[in-house]
Order: sequence, then structure tokens, then C-alpha cells
Amino acid sequence: MNLAAATNENLANISNVLIYSSMAVYTLAFLAFIAEWVFGSRSKVGRTAAALTARGADASAPAVTVRSGGSTTVLDKPKVVTRSAAGTRDVPDGPGAAGGTEKGDLYGRVAVSLTTLAFLVEAGGVIARALSVQRAPWGNMYEFSITFSTVVVGVFLGILAAGKNVRWAGLPLVTTVLLDLGIATTWLYTDSDQLVPALDSYWLWIHVSTAIFCGAVFYLGAVGTLLYLFRDAYEAKLARGGEPGRFASSVLERLPSAASLDKFAYRVNAAVFPLWTFTIIAGAIWAGDAWGRYWGWDPKEVWSFITWVAYACYLHARATAGWKGRKAAYLALFAFACWLWNYYGVNMVLNGLHSYSGV
Amino acid sequence: MSKTETTGETTGEAAEAAEHDERELGEAGAQLSTAPQERAVPGSFGGVMGPGAAGRIAWVWRETTGWTRWFWRQLTSMRVALILLFLLSLGAIPGSLVPQTGVDETKVEEFKAAHETLAPIYDDLGLFDVYSSVWFSAIYILLFVSLIGCIVPRTWQFVGQLRSRPPGAPGRLTRLPAYTTWRTEAEPEQVREAALAMLRQRRFRSHTVGDAVAAEKGYLREAGNLIFHIALIVMLVSFAAGQLFKSEGGKLVVEGGGFANTLTQYDDFKSGSLFDRDHDLAPFSFTLDKFVGTYERTGPQRGTPRTYEAHVTYAKGADGAEKKSVIEVNRPLEVDGSKVYLIGHGYAPVVTVRDGRGKVVFKDAVPLLPMDSNVTSSGAIKVMDGYRDKDGKKDQLGFQAFFVPTFAGAGKGTMLSQYPGLDFPVLALNAFHGSLGVNAGLPQNVYQLDKRKMKAFKDEQGADLKQRLLPGETMKLPGGAGSVTFEKGVREWATFQVSQQPGNMPALVGAIAAIAGLAGSLFIQRRRIWVRAVRGKDGVTVVEMAGLGRSESSKLPEELADLAATLNSQAPTAPDPAEPVEGVRA
Ligand code: HEM
Repeated sequence: MNLAAATNENLANISNVLIYSSMAVYTLAFLAFIAEWVFGSRSKVGRTAAALTARGADASAPAVTVRSGGSTTVLDKPKVVTRSAAGTRDVPDGPGAAGGTEKGDLYGRVAVSLTTLAFLVEAGGVIARALSVQRAPWGNMYEFSITFSTVVVGVFLGILAAGKNVRWAGLPLVTTVLLDLGIATTWLYTDSDQLVPALDSYWLWIHVSTAIFCGAVFYLGAVGTLLYLFRDAYEAKLARGGEPGRFASSVLERLPSAASLDKFAYRVNAAVFPLWTFTIIAGAIWAGDAWGRYWGWDPKEVWSFITWVAYACYLHARATAGWKGRKAAYLALFAFACWLWNYYGVNMVLNGLHSYSGV
Repeated sequence: MSKTETTGETTGEAAEAAEHDERELGEAGAQLSTAPQERAVPGSFGGVMGPGAAGRIAWVWRETTGWTRWFWRQLTSMRVALILLFLLSLGAIPGSLVPQTGVDETKVEEFKAAHETLAPIYDDLGLFDVYSSVWFSAIYILLFVSLIGCIVPRTWQFVGQLRSRPPGAPGRLTRLPAYTTWRTEAEPEQVREAALAMLRQRRFRSHTVGDAVAAEKGYLREAGNLIFHIALIVMLVSFAAGQLFKSEGGKLVVEGGGFANTLTQYDDFKSGSLFDRDHDLAPFSFTLDKFVGTYERTGPQRGTPRTYEAHVTYAKGADGAEKKSVIEVNRPLEVDGSKVYLIGHGYAPVVTVRDGRGKVVFKDAVPLLPMDSNVTSSGAIKVMDGYRDKDGKKDQLGFQAFFVPTFAGAGKGTMLSQYPGLDFPVLALNAFHGSLGVNAGLPQNVYQLDKRKMKAFKDEQGADLKQRLLPGETMKLPGGAGSVTFEKGVREWATFQVSQQPGNMPALVGAIAAIAGLAGSLFIQRRRIWVRAVRGKDGVTVVEMAGLGRSESSKLPEELADLAATLNSQAPTAPDPAEPVEGVRA
């Protein structure tokens, strides 16, 4: 073994250590998020019920003052009042996991800091892996998985940094990241290896990086959709005058309103759909160069297509009157399930040209 | 887009006012998109049947046209588009679970052999060829008919919208999703003019209707959406054309060997149903000068291929000028509309066979099939004619060949190759004679020896004759039956796929247009803004601004706030009157 190979081996080991360390930090972040939810449960706001009983009275429509541009020093700037869209309940967003409690908020902040730290450590692990194999770190499922969870957390932190309050997604997110990393390190681990010439193309960079990014964003959309379904059921029950269980009210009360969650999911999915379209086309171009055909209905191609059509279906459903809301949400979940299956199932269960060596 | 919230008890006048409100709001939001409306379905179209045959015919006519129109409306409705899209995604699934003839024919055969009862049912359902099956085609053809039936009217509608102007302000702006108001000392006309100028400057299409300015922006959203759907049709059509006119063939070429693009030269060939095999093949030829494969030498990735390069000399047309080029895995050679892809590679040891008198009866490079990633290869050498045994009788020779580019070494207990490069090439041969069975007229696998009518040569101990040869070494056949020599200089071979696929360019253009249109359709908001300025009871001007967009916009309030701030700087807020103004909230 020569020197270069030895450094590569070293880097691969460093990468492994970093990935395991990030798992440790994510676990701490997980606990902190739990603490946020636990302390937040002491708040007893019940705004949703209040808003729903005060229905009809315009008082429930939240008056929102929006940034009014320019630097004029008019004392009395016009305030913009918003009303929610037709047919939706006028319900304010929940206060977030911390429930407005100081202690909960503190833990929430700690959790976000820990998540950021874990993200940096994990990103370091991914980069070390890339350096050790001297190529993009997505040549097999293990590498794909660690890159994927890094990007998911990155997108989440990016949205937080952009000033959107999505801390409510923190707990489900970190939970799945831990699961993903657990599966990756236990079952998918492969020693660093080289790509075969067919994978050696700049289209690989383009196609796979956008695929991973799309997956990460679709995942956030799916979390939003799932929570929407719960929250919507909760609101509907309240509106009917029902009384949801204590745990359900405690947790769901603190989430954003169903309308907000639904919008969040839609925006996230819609924003990334053109990129997903591009990903598939880039893949076809690459396949054309590598295998001499642009589209050959290889299982991976089939499932990318299915995922694409399913998301197109979802977007259509949103535009069609009778299909908004829960029905559209089920479609979105179906579409994400297709994506997930394409990522895990197709590689492991169905064999095609795309199956990576060593899983 | 109208508000459907109804307030508890509304009575008489109030209810009427509310209804009026609804209607007005409905008009304000009308034509904010070109999405088709879902229409109610009448039960019968024929109505009352008139007397006699004429009446009957007229009734049948009304009934048929009515139902046809109804069916067409159904087909082109958003709901059916949605259902068809969903069916398309479901219908694609079996093709990934059941082996497909278009993808891997051998797998289909294996499957058919393994599932004797299931296979015929699957066959009838078209499950081995889902993507060209009747039912799958039906789904996407219906979808595209629906798409065309949807796009055409939408396009006209959109053109109409482009020509018309945004609708006037609804009576009560407070009911709109984003609303703001203030009082100002400026004259109402002044305010309206300022608003008009501001909105025009921000590229809103705007005009004044009565006491308010109506403005609209974001028509590109609709344009993008139409472009996207049209691009889908372009892609489908060029894809279909490509399938009908395409051709695809494989060819194995040994170093030094050549290929001319005619049907007879192909090892295997497939083409679309409208492809003309005699005239559509572009005339060109190439020779494989050299194949270069390099592999990782050391480390855990030892043996992983790093480069594959086929160095070729090619000529366009029957006698075009010769040019040199290198074909790599991701870099096909393009000649005259055809693409030549490098698909695989292997070794072809050069073997010389002599008969008992020393006459050369066979000398050629024999391509062998790789069996693992280190290119352990196997195949057959067949000497069909020209060979006579020691008695001068005609006979045929056959050899089972087993080749490793890098031998582990004698006594290492493995005959498998240790490395894909040519480090320590060894050829192992088993020798047979008799009938090769090639005269029976049945097609034969060139890589396999049909030994049913062949006898193995025996060595002195009476065991089957087999020997490992290094380059330059010779194996003697017993009893003066001749010899086989493994010549120095193992050649390499490469397999190429030559494909001709028209319609790629339009498909690519369609794809780019689709992405651009989609981005426009999803990222651009179409929205309307109204600015009303009227003199209030106390003589001070009341300005009201409201915005309406397609439901999902979060930017609308922000934009309205921004516009309000700008207009506010030109029509500054007047000091508060003694009592609060009504109208801020209805
Ligand atoms: C080939 C299948 C189709 C695909 C992949 C597809 C895809 C899409 C996508 C992704 C959108 C979302 C863009 C947006 O929300 O603005 C959209 C919107 C739309 N599609 Fe399709 N579509 C297809 C067929 C159809 C058909 C058959 C119709 C008509 C019946 C149709 C009518 C519409 C309309 C009206 C919109 C705009 C909705 C709106 O204004 O928000 N589409 N389509």
C-alpha cells in the first residue's frame, strides 16, 4: 500500500468518526427538542378553540402589520390587514413547541444550536469521505444516505436562518435523521471505493446533487403535510365541538394552524418541483451518454417518473376545487412515499442498471 | 376565490347585501386563471321527443351531440386530468416489478420458465411490455387528448384576457384577502392619478374605473403554465417519433478490426416500426485501432476501472476522409446522425492451430466473454474447416478456452483473474475433435462449444487433455493431431452500440421549455390590486387599497404594504379625526 492510499484510508476513518460524533450530537439535540415540547406543554393557551368559537366575528382575523418598504418617517403608516383564504378556518398559528414558556424556548434554542453543531460535524464527515474517495460522496447508498441527511438538516437550518419559524419541524426531522444515519452506518456501510467509468460524468454531479436536494425538500414538505393532517383533524374536531385528548391538544395546539401547515407544504413542494423535473431530464441526458439510450424504463427511471407524475398530480389537485385540503395531502404523501421507495426500495429490492455495487 | 364564510344569522336586507357582495367578489376574482370550470351535468339532452320519425331522429341527434359534448367536457376537465395522471403513475408501477422485454429479454424468459401458470396471464395483460401495452397507451393517449382539449380553449381564453382589462373594484374592498386604508388631505383625483402612475411604473396593467384604480400583474404565470403543457406535448410527440424511427445495434470489434454501418455487419439489431432497414442506416465506417483500459493499481480500490478508451479511425460516407477519435464511456462518437457508444470490453487472445503436418489451419484473435470484474474470461475456439487429422481425414476441432489477464500463479489454488489488466496472461485450453454441429443450420452461440458430437483429446494418463499456456507457448495435440499456439500480444475487443434516434433535439427543446414554463407558472403570482379614493363625510379623502391573488400567495400582503407605503408618501396620512372612521373594518 502506498502513501496516497494510506492517507485515503485515514480520511475514510476520520469521516467515520465524524459521522458517529454527529450522531451523538444529534441525539443530544433530539433530547433538547423533547425537553422543549415537554416544558412547552405547561402552557395552557387553547387559542384554537377560542378562535373557532369566536367564528364569524371578524375579531378572529389576525391583523398583520407587514414590513412597509421605504424609509419615510410617516408616523402613521397604513397597516395591512389580511384575511385567510376562502373556506378555511380563521385560526391563528400555535405558539410553537415551546408553547411560549421561557424554559421551553431555552431548550428549543439549545436544540437548534446542537442541530447546527451536529450538522457541521456531519458535513465534515461527508467532506472527509469525499476527499478519501476523491470524488463526489454519492457513489453508493451509504454515501447517499449521509449526504442526504446532511442536506435535509441544511435546508431546515437554511429556512430557519431565513427567518421562517419552522422550529416545530425540528423534532420529527432530527428523529428521522438519526434513523437514517443509524440505517446507513449499520446496514449500508461500504468501504470507500471508486466509481466505475459509467458513473464518471459531470452529469453525475448535476443529476445526483439535485436529486438529493429535491429529496431533502420533499421530505420537509412531507413532514408539513403529515402534521397538517393531524392538525386539520384536530381543528375539525374542535369546530364540531368535540374534545380532543389531552396529549393531542397539548401537542397539536402548539403547531401552526392547518392552513399554515398546508401552505408550507404546498410552497415547499411546488418550489422544488421544477428542479425535480430538471433532475429527471438531467438523468435522461446522462443515461443517453452513458448507456446509449435516454429513457429505458429501468426501475430507477420508472420510479422517478412515477414520483414526478404523483407530484404533478398533487399540484393539479391543489388547483382543482374539490381536491384541495386532505385529499391533496394524501396525494402528496403518496408522492413522497414513491420518492422514498425509489431511494431505498428500488436499490435493494429491484435490480437495474442503477443498483450500486455493494448496495 | 370568493369568500364562502357565512355569518350566523343574517336576515332580509343583510342577506341580500351579502349575496350582492359575493357576486361582486366573484367578478373581481374572475379570470384570474384559465383553469376550466367544473360544470354541472344535466340528466338528458334530448328533452321531449317530437312526434313521428323526424322527432325521433331529432331527439337522437340532440341526445348524441349532448352526450358527446358532455363526454368531451368531462375528458377535458381538471378532475379527469387528475384521475388520468394518478392512473398513469399507478400504471407505471408493474413495469418496475415484472421483467420487461424492452429492458432485459433474458430475465423475461427466466421469469416465464419459473412461473408457468402466471406467465400466460401476465402475457395477456401485457405485463411484460407495460409501456407499450394497450392499457398503458390508452391512459397516456387519453391524458394527452385531454391535455390538448384543455390547452386550446385555455389559450384562447388567455388571449382574451390579455386583450381585456382587469375588472373594476368590488364594492367592499375590506372583504379581500389583503386590505389597508388611511385618510389623506390629498384630492381623490390626485390620489388616483398617483396610484395609476405608481402601478404602471411597477408594470401593472392598470386603468381607472369609476372611483378606483384597477391593476393586474403576473400574466406570465398563465403563459408559463400554457408553455409547460404545450412542451409536454412536444416532448411526447418527439419521443414517439424517436421510437418509431430509431435503430439500435450492437457490434463487437477486436483491435485492428473494423465495422461498416450496414445491417449484415451487426451482431444484433433492433429498430422502430417505421425505420427503413435498407435505406435509413447512415453510411459510415470505423476501425478500432486500440483499446486502452487502465485500472487502479493499489489500495482498497485495486482493480477498479479508471479509464476505458477506444481509439478509432472513422470515415463518413462510403469513401469520406479518415479521421481519428477516442470513444469513452460517457463520450460517444457522433457520425452523420448516428451515435457510437462504447458499451463493453474484453480480451481476444490470438491463437494459431496447426494440423499434423504443421499447416496453419486457423489463426485469429478469439474474443472471450468476461465473467467477473477482473475479466476472468471464457469462450470457444472453433476450427470448422481446413483441418485434417493424422490420417488425412477431414475433422473439426473445438477448444474450450479459459483466460485470465492476471494469473494468481501456479499452485495458488485459483484460476480466477486477480486484476483486470494484462499483467500475467494465461490461457487454459481443453481440446476436442469431432463435429462442431454448425452444419445443422441452427444458430450457434459462438462463445460455447456444443460437445454432444465431440470427443475430448486424452493425455498420456488417459485424462482429458488440458493445459495452461503462457504467451508464446504451444500445446501439442496427442498422436500427431497437430498443435495450438497462444501467440504473444493478446488483443482487446470492445463492444459498440450504434444508435440512430431522431427527435432528440425537439425533445430537448421541449424539456427546456417545460422547465422554464413550469418555473414561471409556479413562481410568478398573478394578482390584482385596487386603489379606491373617495371623499369622506368630513371632506377628508379616504384611500383604500386591497389585493387579491391566487390562493397561495404570501407575498401579496407584503406587496400591498409596499405599494401603500409608496402611495402614502405622496398622499400623506391626515391627522386623526376626533372619532374613529368607520370603514376600516366592516
Ligand atoms: C401530461 C400530464 C400533465 C402534467 C404532467 C401536468 C402538470 C401540471 C403541473 C405540474 C401544474 C402545476 C403548475 C401550477 O400549479 O401552476 C399544472 C397546472 C395546470 N394544469 Fe396540468 N398537467 C398535465 C395535464 C393537464 C391536463 C390534461 C389539463 C386539463 C384538463 C391540465 C390543466 C392544468 C391547469 C388548468 C393548470 C393550472 C392550474 C392553476 O392555474 O393553478 N393539465 N399541470
